[in-house]
Amino acid sequence: MNSESAYITGSCIIRHNKVYGNGGLLWEAGQELELPEFLRAGYDRFSGQYPKFHKMDALSKLGWLAAEVLLKDTRVPLLPPEQVGMVLSNRSSSLDTDLRYYATVKDFASPALFVYTLPNIVMGEISIRHGFKGENTFFVSDAFDTALMSSYPAQLLAVTPLQACICGWVEVMEQQYEAALFLVENKPDGMARPLTAEALSSLYQTNK
Amino acid sequence: MSDLKAQIIEQLNLQEITPENIGNDQTLFSKDGLGLDSIDALELIVLLQQHYNIRIANPEEGPKIFHSVRSMAEYITANQTAKA
Repeated sequence: MNSESAYITGSCIIRHNKVYGNGGLLWEAGQELELPEFLRAGYDRFSGQYPKFHKMDALSKLGWLAAEVLLKDTRVPLLPPEQVGMVLSNRSSSLDTDLRYYATVKDFASPALFVYTLPNIVMGEISIRHGFKGENTFFVSDAFDTALMSSYPAQLLAVTPLQACICGWVEVMEQQYEAALFLVENKPDGMARPLTAEALSSLYQTNK
Repeated sequence: MSDLKAQIIEQLNLQEITPENIGNDQTLFSKDGLGLDSIDALELIVLLQQHYNIRIANPEEGPKIFHSVRSMAEYITANQTAKA
């Protein structure tokens, strides 16, 4: 299924309070920082000027931050909004936020938490930030499924108008987190390598 | 009104805004004002219930009540007085 005209052109991996871009370490925060503080520091380091970030749940903040790093200096902002899609996945869905929301219900149910009780909201936040209007899908699986995350985006690039697709893994459960986002395109660019399960797995395992 | 501004900032998680940044008559929901959205409106309703034990009986009053910090403060004062 993997298309010969689908390429991995960029990556961003965030784990262990470190941010990697295209395989290289871009930034390392203190290991003592808990996830909320780490995400805020990452926002200050890589973005800023987007107050809505502070209202997001941890899953959306993590995915949003990874997308900021992934898309910097790429041609993606120049593409038609309808031609940029997203296929993301994780293990815990939105359970981390679901539990936080549930804890508010017995007092005053929080509308601000409720809107994040779906895992695909992270794709909405990324789409709003960058204006993307292409197809998007969120999968829940035990582990990062490199076969699915290579074949499905490749098929989207082959049979739909998409020229670029963000794919990968965005997981948050309490203090455990990991983001591994990959930019796949129908034209080689940057660190381009053919989109295969093996290539995704190799990039995902780097610095693990 | 300073306390109310601080409560709004905390309730809505407006981390890059201080009470001094919010004008008493600044519109809360227009883009040239504070730029709040529909979820923020729900959070403001929760704020009134949590902090002032005030329930908005008529939803159509919402735009008038939440026009600005001053209009919110006036609504709170009037309703607390009415309850006293």
